[in-house]
Amino acid sequence: MSGKRSLGRFLRENAVILLFLIITILAIRPSGLSLVYIAQELITRLGRDSFLVLALLLPIYAGMGLNFGMTLGAMAGQFGLILAINYNVIGVDGLIFAALVSLPVSLLLGYVCGAVLNHAKGREMVTGYILAFFINGLYQFVVLYLMGSVIPVRSRTIVLSRGYGIRNTLNLDSVRLSLDNLLALKLGPFTFPIATFLVIAALCLFIIWFRKTKLGQDMRSVGFDMQVANSAGVPVDRTRIIAIIISTVLACIGQIIFLQNMGNMATYNAHDQTSFFAVAAILVGGASVKKANIPNVFIGVILLHGLFVVSPNAGQKLFGQAMIGEYFRQFIGYAVIAVSLVLYAWRARREADRLREGLRGGAGTPAMAEGGAK
Amino acid sequence: MPSPHPSAAAAAGDNQDLIPQKSGVLRAARRIITDFGWPRVIIFIFLVALFVAAPAVGVRIDASLSDVFNRFGQNALFVLALVPMIQAGCGLNFGLSLGIIAGLLGATLSVQLGLHGMTGFLGAIVLAAPFSIAFGWLYGKLLNKVKGEEMTIAMYVGFAGVMFMCIMWLILPYTAPDMIWGYAGKGLRTTISVENYWIQILNNLLPVRIGQFFKFPTGEILFVVLAAYIMWLFMRTKTGTAMTAVGSNPDYARSSGISVDRMRTISVVLSTFLGAAGIIVYEQSFGFIQLYTAPLAMPFTAIAAILIGGASVKKASMVNVVVGAFLFQGLLTMTPSVINSWLQTDMSEVVRIVVSNGIIIYALTRKTKVTK
Repeated sequence: MSGKRSLGRFLRENAVILLFLIITILAIRPSGLSLVYIAQELITRLGRDSFLVLALLLPIYAGMGLNFGMTLGAMAGQFGLILAINYNVIGVDGLIFAALVSLPVSLLLGYVCGAVLNHAKGREMVTGYILAFFINGLYQFVVLYLMGSVIPVRSRTIVLSRGYGIRNTLNLDSVRLSLDNLLALKLGPFTFPIATFLVIAALCLFIIWFRKTKLGQDMRSVGFDMQVANSAGVPVDRTRIIAIIISTVLACIGQIIFLQNMGNMATYNAHDQTSFFAVAAILVGGASVKKANIPNVFIGVILLHGLFVVSPNAGQKLFGQAMIGEYFRQFIGYAVIAVSLVLYAWRARREADRLREGLRGGAGTPAMAEGGAK
Repeated sequence: MPSPHPSAAAAAGDNQDLIPQKSGVLRAARRIITDFGWPRVIIFIFLVALFVAAPAVGVRIDASLSDVFNRFGQNALFVLALVPMIQAGCGLNFGLSLGIIAGLLGATLSVQLGLHGMTGFLGAIVLAAPFSIAFGWLYGKLLNKVKGEEMTIAMYVGFAGVMFMCIMWLILPYTAPDMIWGYAGKGLRTTISVENYWIQILNNLLPVRIGQFFKFPTGEILFVVLAAYIMWLFMRTKTGTAMTAVGSNPDYARSSGISVDRMRTISVVLSTFLGAAGIIVYEQSFGFIQLYTAPLAMPFTAIAAILIGGASVKKASMVNVVVGAFLFQGLLTMTPSVINSWLQTDMSEVVRIVVSNGIIIYALTRKTKVTK
């Protein structure tokens, strides 16, 4: 293979990553932010967001695409945090309390989500997305109407003045940065939230280990071809449900980590963009609907948030309006998801067409198909 | 109020010719309900119950009915816009916001040019047409490249389009003082009143008033009926039939010499144009042009409506459009007023979210069985 061709291939395969790098680097100067500030922001955001993005991996292995239903887990996590605030469990204990309380909720929601997606094979992504809206309605019903009226709430400060329902914004001071500051390491101008990084590292090890277990192997064979997996005796539906349950539980813990870093919570909106940011990040990191690995997660978080850090200021300086930067970063997020999905679907179709052409050609088909793929 | 029951009975009748008949009224009733679709039955009963309960909690039925008709007319074109793409096998048009953007461009240009009255309204549609055709054509080409994955991609293309236009609304060189921010002197406002231009131009065309509270928006409903009739005729032309053939069996359609991609593109252009006209009809009734992130959620409402009407991801008819738009808008009108007066609390948003998204999930998870 000639050098020119492999360069072209490298550019094609990493087009999204390169485009992001170029836009971000171009935007750094007009934003007027110092490199030290940007680097510290990226360290913080790496701790804040990586766990949520890692939650997307298992459903991709199981061939269920990007799990937009992860929002369900995020809502369960918020429910747990509300209770932690209510019972005034503070610090890391509060986070653990929130995670334990929301565990059964996220297990249940994960099961429901997996079961629904099993009825929508081939349309998992759009169904998961709508399911998140649907459960959002139930979440609002519970938090806005039942809490304080049916579910007892001890702390009156978090209840709306009308007597029931939780306030729109919740102050998380009692658990704020509790995980990040548990083991904070100061190195020069930078602060590293080591404890958070350790939790994320533990999850990475879990995922690496899980891929090697029987269940993990089953999951990948289901993702490769459901029919083949089924005839090999793998319980397809059950495996898919397990993938979604684990993803939902991880998203629940991820949202708790995310919110302890933010320090306050928009009770009814905090989960709105959870899946949007996570999915955009993993796609920017070079993953596709069918293929993803751990490096994709971290590359994606750094690239996406690099752009998010600089774009509002750059928009302010270049156009005189901060709103332009704000809209721009949302536009970029949606556009990245759209373009990645289009590229993936387009490639999959071309591959299918080529295989069909190969069949028409007759003998030596697999070799020809492979030759074409290069 | 058009009761959907006769059509259900007819549908059941069609099927009973094929299935060996077993005796028992209960069984027949069950079959009718199954054919009609449980969600539609439940929502219909719920809506009737709301109307029955309305006077008891002090909600006027005539005012409510007036609202329902008005909102039906306001939203029906969006629902109608989904039909061509469903029929051509492109799925539910989650990217309808592209058409809505084209309509917003037409509406703002019409106000910018200072067009008033019927000229302003029709001018907005004419001005929106080139945008909607261009957007629809590009969007259709894109969807042709991603067959089988249309819905998720359509959703994100729509979102990206809306966010891109958010930037554009800020920097496009509009100058009409009614539309731009007063203090900055540039950038379009979030909501623009069309009061001085073409507010309620269709609603006030031959309106029928009964008493103080009831007004039937004849012009608006006529416009919707006309559009639905044209669509009905179109689906029976050669092109329309070819489109349906592409949707039901692309391979068969291709072997009969139909260009699959061309038919799909036409369906997307048609859908986008109807979305553009739809938002202009909506605005004249509502009284405001809503810009920026307003179009983000609009496709979901339309999709919920057509699915409540009994359409599936693969088949939709005019009956689905009319029944769906009526039931869904009826629900959206009646739930807040009745439930709020009854419980003394505003639960309408929760009910809306749960019902509309529940219906979409139901449609996405079921095998492609169609109710007529």
